[in-house]
Amino acid sequence: MKNKSLGSKLLSAPYIVWAALFIIVPLIIMLYFALTNEAGVFTLANLSEIGKYKKAFGLSILYAAIATVITLLLAYPMAYFMTKLKISSQRMLLLIVMLPMWMNFLIRTYSWISILANTGIINTFLGKLGLGPVQLMYTPGAVILGMVYDFIPYMILPIYSVMSKLDKSLLEASEDLGANAFVKFKKVILPLTRPGIISGITMVFVPSVSTFYISQKLGGNKTMLIGDAIEYLFNLGVDYYNIASAISMVLMIMILVCLFVMNRFNDDDDGGVVI
Amino acid sequence: MKNLKFRSLSLAIIVCIVSLLFSSCGYEYVDLELRGKYDRSLEGTVLTVYNWGEYISDGSDGTIDVNREFEKLTGIKVNYLTFESNETMFSQVENGGVNYDIVIPSDYMIQRMIKEGMLDEIDTTALSNYDLIADDYKGVYFDPEEKYSVPFNVGMVGIIYNGKYIKDIEHSWNVLWDEKYKDMALNFNNPRDAFMTAQILQGTDLNSTNEKEWEAAAELLKKGKKNLQGYVMDEVYGKMETGEAYIAPYYAGDYLTMVETNPDLKFFYPKEGTNIFIDSACILKSAENKAAAMMYINFLLEPDIATANADYIGYASPNTAVINNKDYYYYGNEILYPKKEDMPPVQYYHDIDEKIRRKYELLWIDIKLY
Repeated sequence: MKNKSLGSKLLSAPYIVWAALFIIVPLIIMLYFALTNEAGVFTLANLSEIGKYKKAFGLSILYAAIATVITLLLAYPMAYFMTKLKISSQRMLLLIVMLPMWMNFLIRTYSWISILANTGIINTFLGKLGLGPVQLMYTPGAVILGMVYDFIPYMILPIYSVMSKLDKSLLEASEDLGANAFVKFKKVILPLTRPGIISGITMVFVPSVSTFYISQKLGGNKTMLIGDAIEYLFNLGVDYYNIASAISMVLMIMILVCLFVMNRFNDDDDGGVVI
Repeated sequence: MKNLKFRSLSLAIIVCIVSLLFSSCGYEYVDLELRGKYDRSLEGTVLTVYNWGEYISDGSDGTIDVNREFEKLTGIKVNYLTFESNETMFSQVENGGVNYDIVIPSDYMIQRMIKEGMLDEIDTTALSNYDLIADDYKGVYFDPEEKYSVPFNVGMVGIIYNGKYIKDIEHSWNVLWDEKYKDMALNFNNPRDAFMTAQILQGTDLNSTNEKEWEAAAELLKKGKKNLQGYVMDEVYGKMETGEAYIAPYYAGDYLTMVETNPDLKFFYPKEGTNIFIDSACILKSAENKAAAMMYINFLLEPDIATANADYIGYASPNTAVINNKDYYYYGNEILYPKKEDMPPVQYYHDIDEKIRRKYELLWIDIKLY
């Protein structure tokens, strides 16, 4: 648009400065480290070392994908259910969905320990019934559960917001044209809520695939997700900044590719664009 | 009349304020005689101390708050930060994000930091309490000329187990691999200590320069991984105290803290031997407040302060004023201060050649991804 006034440019200036300093500059630093060796000379050697971490990449993607599918299966019916309620009940439920997000993410993750532990709530209850204890903590299941729990609000909220704006007359029209419930869902509701699904998937998958805290606290440090590998390498000191940056770069590229593919599914440009 | 009333009222207020000031800021513990030893010439400056977590008497449960006492005595503000491993400390110092004055790393890390020129020399003759340190801990391999470090704590690794669930236990590192204890045992979540458990079992040197020996240790650790509940560091406290895990190798001093909470916990030094360490206070070359750092290090050696720290931390003290103090909580404790004939064979960690260090740091990833 041509008529951008000086005023509106000035208004955006603080954020542009922020973004440049804290998004663009760090990205450039990461790229620099990823593509140089310890002496600062350009090299692709770091990228060839990444093969060692393919299992970590694989596990991260697998866990994040499972967590994303579970959140979607839980969140979609929930969002649909919410839109069917009175406005006041919707607000109430929305509040409940968001409530955990007001607590620190680390505390939320930590609280699962007291639920899943051998001496935790579930196993104590099983013990009373003469069962168990079952090793729940420090398993892949616990890690995935942690991801689902921590990120599910990011799935519910975008789907709910798209769904609540759904034009009821379209649903009525489909009914008038003889669509049954399944057809109505498949041909009308699902396509119209797709932008919400896509942005929900992104907002769950991206933080899940790069998490390291959840896997350490609930996984007992027994595996290394790619986020753990990056954290471990950075903590070892500057010797490993190059390889850690290279892994970060590859991870970012993979995420960007995922987002690009997702956006292809989202061809109607009605505000659900992910990036 | 009015005036008099006003005066008596204001007098009353002043008395209240003054008494409040005294009650909140007055000397609670430290002997007044220390006032003569520590002047307030550096009042208002900041001293940044970087130490292990849970490694100073912090005033909880009626103990002495060491940093607070130092602040009161000298007027120096202590900016106290903690780390979880020598390696994290090293990378933070190397990054230079925060200007640390004092760091309290372990032996091998001190050796490395001296080699890399990161530590400033300490004139021990300027420390009036330096002579209190037992000769055994002076001039140890990493600082033979006593130029860079002042011993703060000493400790050895042993195995803690829950006597309520485990009656007879072999006093060996084997227990971490024993399938009898599947999902019950923990191991260290840092490469050096975890490798130690395997190396001692294989009878190899903890500071081996032979890559094959490190690979063999890694293989043994891989084999043991599925038997373990997990790898932890400070979380071991909660795990052992609540009975979440039954076996964990950790430091003798930490066992003494844990057993206070859970009296079922027992401890032994494995017969194959174990690792001994010294954590010592060092001043960084990049320190901005070196004079205050010297004051702080000397303060840590004060008999009352050192005893308070030794009581609180539960590690063995290198300070003779603590060891010989009959009021010291662990006076004569045989786990911290074993008799000569009960001493297991011990090995210090040394700073390892960079090639070997990289080798085991990367082998650790293989173990985790196994």
